[in-house]
Amino acid sequence: MLRIKRVPTVVSNYQKEEAEEGAARQGGGCGRNCLMNCCLPGAKLPLYRFKRLNEVANEKVGLSRENKEPPVPFLESLLLGEWEGRMQRGLFRYDVTACETKVIPGEYGFIAQLNEGRHLKKRPTEFRVDKVLQPFDETKFNFTKVGQEEILFQFEPGDEVQFLPSALIDTENSPSVVAINVSPIEYGHVLLIPQILNCLPQSIDHDSLLLALYMAAEARSPYFRLGYNSLGAFATINHLHFQAYYLAVPFPIEKAPSKKITTTKGGVQISELLKYPVRGLVFEGGNTLKDLSNVVADSCICLQETNIPYNVLISDSGKRIFLFPQCYAEKQALGEVSAELLDTQVNPAVWEISGHMVLKQKKDYEEASEENAWRLLAEVSLSEERFQEVKALIFEAISSSIEEIDSVNPSVLEKPDVTHQALEDVDTLNKGSQRTMVSV
Amino acid sequence: MEPQLGLIEQSFHVRYSDGVREALDELGDSFLITDPSISGHPIVFASSAFLKIFGYSKDQVIGKNGRMFQGPKTNRRSVLEIREAIRQEKAIQISLLNYRKDGTPFWMLFHMCPVFAKEDGRVVHFLGVQVPILRKSRVVRNPSKLCEDGTGFLGCCRREVTSDSVMEVGRGLALDYLLNSDDRELEIDQPCEASELEKRKAATAISNILSVLAHYSESEVTGRLVCGKACCLSGMGLGASINISFGRIKQSFVLTDPHLHDMPIVYASDAFLKLTGYARHEVLGRNCRFLSGLDTVSATQFEIAECIRNERPCTVHILNYRKDKTSFWNFLHISPVRNATGKVAYFVGVQISSSCNSQGKQGLSPAMEHLSVVGAVKVAVRSLSIGASTS
Repeated sequence: MLRIKRVPTVVSNYQKEEAEEGAARQGGGCGRNCLMNCCLPGAKLPLYRFKRLNEVANEKVGLSRENKEPPVPFLESLLLGEWEGRMQRGLFRYDVTACETKVIPGEYGFIAQLNEGRHLKKRPTEFRVDKVLQPFDETKFNFTKVGQEEILFQFEPGDEVQFLPSALIDTENSPSVVAINVSPIEYGHVLLIPQILNCLPQSIDHDSLLLALYMAAEARSPYFRLGYNSLGAFATINHLHFQAYYLAVPFPIEKAPSKKITTTKGGVQISELLKYPVRGLVFEGGNTLKDLSNVVADSCICLQETNIPYNVLISDSGKRIFLFPQCYAEKQALGEVSAELLDTQVNPAVWEISGHMVLKQKKDYEEASEENAWRLLAEVSLSEERFQEVKALIFEAISSSIEEIDSVNPSVLEKPDVTHQALEDVDTLNKGSQRTMVSV
Repeated sequence: MEPQLGLIEQSFHVRYSDGVREALDELGDSFLITDPSISGHPIVFASSAFLKIFGYSKDQVIGKNGRMFQGPKTNRRSVLEIREAIRQEKAIQISLLNYRKDGTPFWMLFHMCPVFAKEDGRVVHFLGVQVPILRKSRVVRNPSKLCEDGTGFLGCCRREVTSDSVMEVGRGLALDYLLNSDDRELEIDQPCEASELEKRKAATAISNILSVLAHYSESEVTGRLVCGKACCLSGMGLGASINISFGRIKQSFVLTDPHLHDMPIVYASDAFLKLTGYARHEVLGRNCRFLSGLDTVSATQFEIAECIRNERPCTVHILNYRKDKTSFWNFLHISPVRNATGKVAYFVGVQISSSCNSQGKQGLSPAMEHLSVVGAVKVAVRSLSIGASTS
């Protein structure tokens, strides 16, 4: 069993450290308005219904939209308005807009933020890092324990777009909700929690990924991105959730070139990232949103079942999805990460890998450079050989979706002649490949 | 829709003297001109060659955003690069897959360039030229080699790649190729590199168009000069990208700068101008107190001043006056806005007039409308100031 110690991010004001979880609240009113049976009946929240698309080719959100630049779309107004309201009510642990941030000079434009308050006053806790799928644990903190004031609105599919400022929470058909992250990385940082009352563990399935894509598409801004961290890839809470926030600059990963591998039957183009410190796959296109969502979900499920931690970035209003398997936590547990990198206390989750670094110390912020960022992220990446193995696993898992024509470039599936700057680490490769053969 | 068309007409009218449209069309190139200061960053001019290549009529294009020509197979990363160039007010030349009205895709070389006003260095328009890329074969790396071989050519192989003198013929063939060829399907998926000739053609077109624009802006009628390079630093004005971001916000709001003397307005939304009856140049640079009048309660004004001093948000009901001296109750919310340095850079003031009923449509309560504008402004100001320190 591999473990690391790190300071967990506090995403809710109700998230207590394990030691503080005194007597469990077994039934009986908890005295506050949480989402468990004690407080839920009769509770109301705003409800936003997005239009569920008919899964007909070409009826993607993008094409059915009118051709003018839409005004701030309603979802964005709702999300930002509710978020600002919570800010003015003092629900966040700090004002993220008071944190200095800059684009690091360089080719990619990594974004660095100096945030000394994010992990202040928190003791490190232990996290198990070698098990990507873990069963939901009721005794631990989960999102049904948050106060209703932290939930901004319900987010549900419907036949038409609809907004209800106050709607009863349907306990029979658990709604999906959008909640604030009280330790935001950026303005508007929220959590998308699919079917919150069903207490799903942190693991991607087809429905939840599709919901996340719908949200990205509905927000209609290429600067509103969603991210996912699996367990073992720095997810803090084992209750299914995606994160999202607004940042109106391109992420370094979005600028990286990629090399096309193949196109699936559903029209999804799969490429391999090039010239980026972390190796990963890019999924774009698709005849329908569902086609795109299914291929990515299948790939994630493959990684989950082979116990490979990974992160997912949904960008470009749901039109481009990045998937990167990673091994940093494992390296950390094995003591293979240099002290210098550990010192920065950066846990490379989806945002960091995408190029948005939150730094806790002024020194690190002032010395932030593209080189340093690159070096850190290179540690996160699977080695070239390991990545090719994982890629083969994924392609096997999705093989039924791939077209049979020679659009699959066989040379790309083997070790391509790709130049990269990652450190070769043969030892990790060996250890890594041994471990993943153990099924969960 | 009407106010929008009015603004589009104005876009050219205030900058260039009459005859500019005809002169532009005489150039014969395919290009679009867009205006970032109008909400939605719409197209304000489309050349006849453009309309012919893409198969649209003028009315179907004017007022729309350039993304209407993108489609499912348009490379998203290329779109990102263009968006970035607009944000940074830089020129860009990139191959792009566009779609004609009938849905057929084709590759073109897109060359975009900002048009700056000489007097203050602001971007007043973006100019985008399209040069269709003639597909010679899948591998376009050695065009001269292919030429000699004579193999792998499609319909337009007769065109001499290196001779300028047949550019005219080439263009005609290009149009023919695009309008008639059936071989395109197989190759759409392959990324396409433009030839040197095509790149030069684009650059020449840009230069010619800029000359025309510069020529027609020198006359006394408009008194404003335009040129192709940033001739001076943009002073108080906010950049094109902030204009585009703010342009998306439909509500009435202003941005004021507490670091300038007497905290003047540095941005005012179209809705604000409509609400108060003033023109933009009549409000920029002035402190908001000009909206108050005889019956405005001074205690309210004092409360506002206090909140600003303490960098706190505040919400008040204040009696304000329009340009025509009529009064209205302004449900006003003011909030500090920080930029990427983390310090307060502006204050945003959002106005909801109780007599104005258009804002209830979205379903958000007035208080929520206030906050949503504040949120959108905060995101824009923070994000768009992030790169400032590096330039």
